[in-house]
Amino acid sequence: MNASNRDGAGDLLLAATALRRVFRLPRTSVFGSRAERHALAGVDLDVHEGASIGIVGESGSGKTTLARILLGLDKPTAGTVTYRGRTVTPGPPASLRWLRTDVQVVFQDPASSLDPRMSAEAIIREPLVGLRVPGDHSDRVVEVLEAVGIDPGTRHRYPHEFSGGQQQRLAIARALAPNPKVLIADEPVSALDVSVRAQILDLLAGLMGDYELSLVMVSHDLGVVNTMCDEVVVLHHGAVAERGRTAEVFAAPSDPYTQRLLAAVPRL
Amino acid sequence: MSLLEVRGLTVAFGDQVVVDNVSFSLDGGGRMAIIGESGSGKTLTALSVIGLAPETATVTGSVVFGGEELLGRADRALSKVRGEDIAMVFQNPQTSLNPLMRVGKQVAEPLRRHHGMDRRAALAAAVELCGRVGLPDPARTVRAFPHQLSGGQRQRIGIAIALACQPAMLIADEPTTALDVTVQAEVLAVLAELVAAGDGASTALLFITHDVALVPAVADHLLVMRSGAIVESGPVAALVDDPQHDYTKQLLAAARKTALR
Repeated sequence: MNASNRDGAGDLLLAATALRRVFRLPRTSVFGSRAERHALAGVDLDVHEGASIGIVGESGSGKTTLARILLGLDKPTAGTVTYRGRTVTPGPPASLRWLRTDVQVVFQDPASSLDPRMSAEAIIREPLVGLRVPGDHSDRVVEVLEAVGIDPGTRHRYPHEFSGGQQQRLAIARALAPNPKVLIADEPVSALDVSVRAQILDLLAGLMGDYELSLVMVSHDLGVVNTMCDEVVVLHHGAVAERGRTAEVFAAPSDPYTQRLLAAVPRL
Repeated sequence: MSLLEVRGLTVAFGDQVVVDNVSFSLDGGGRMAIIGESGSGKTLTALSVIGLAPETATVTGSVVFGGEELLGRADRALSKVRGEDIAMVFQNPQTSLNPLMRVGKQVAEPLRRHHGMDRRAALAAAVELCGRVGLPDPARTVRAFPHQLSGGQRQRIGIAIALACQPAMLIADEPTTALDVTVQAEVLAVLAELVAAGDGASTALLFITHDVALVPAVADHLLVMRSGAIVESGPVAALVDDPQHDYTKQLLAAARKTALR
């Protein structure tokens, strides 16, 4: 996919430089200092226009922390994130409107990322209102619902009236509404059945082409990354164990950790 | 004679039939997988076998285990069977383990209950079981509470509890769905190894999953369920190589999308 703009031929959009994130763990003793956990230990990442990058690693490898920092949802202990050259500084939502217009997110579990008291239409309208996009947005709501394969006639329904796969489609529609340039997806199909998973991956792949989206996908499943991403970054204990073109890394993984991850993927 | 013989199992909630006339049999030491999407009735089929279907459900048909009919038996009589003859590993060890009890005591519980072991002997057996499911430093691990263990370690505890009494049959309902891919591979390996290794007679396995890709690692016979009914069944290798039913083909295509070759 994304035959154009390969290998960073497009403009540099998101750039993370020497990211470090240290969490201080809860006190386990009244004496001594609190232990620290290095979730990210110096990670660089460049997202060019048209790129599709998979961030893989086990639980605790730092991949979600990286996604949160890229989104301006968490502050790195050291290092910087820029979008089109402008520094991303975590802060109140209003201060990050410029970033949210272009960089959107889909989370793992749609059941907890969609507000159960809002209708599908209200959910999709919310980012547009929040980002001060002019207009009443009705046309846009119908447009993105159709794009993700949900009948716009059901837009007055609430999240619980949709199946898990449809809920994730709604979450994708919400992310698409402001017409972003970059989509950050944190384990977008981990909560879904295998058959629904395949449909959502097909949908995402199609949307990337239609909307000229760049994709950063966080996943513990190398099979998912294999079908979706041109590039892969393997995180291990907060550091990059290996990175490169997905096909090359998967064909000949040089790092033992990558080899272990690959060996764990079921084969059919 | 088969170890488990299910005939015409039907589960309904009021007028809504969610498991429809399901029949299958499992031999001693056999390994069978049931696959299907959410809502296909696969979990309810397994739960009905050991009398754990919700009370609001009407269960009819016949479930003969070791020559005895289980359907319609009183809960008291069934609780003798559960854990001793038929054990179960649940999807989410986070919710299936007791958060307030040290894990060693939880592994020892079925041994004390069914085999009448005293506390010390049961705990010693629990340490040995924890070692067999591949937990590091079992003597220390048995003193941990569930929240102190990782997801994969918790599921290993779930397997240790299930295998404690060397049951004739183990039902594993999506035992790896809540786990990372690497941890999933480890847990499946432990499960397959222990089921086969049972001292003397091996344990029969009924493995429930939505992911066909996991099946070849643990089972040799496959049932495909859709909307409460079995649409296709047969040896795993044959079904994976040459599926007949369209639905089986769909499931395989979906699984192949994210499996490596």
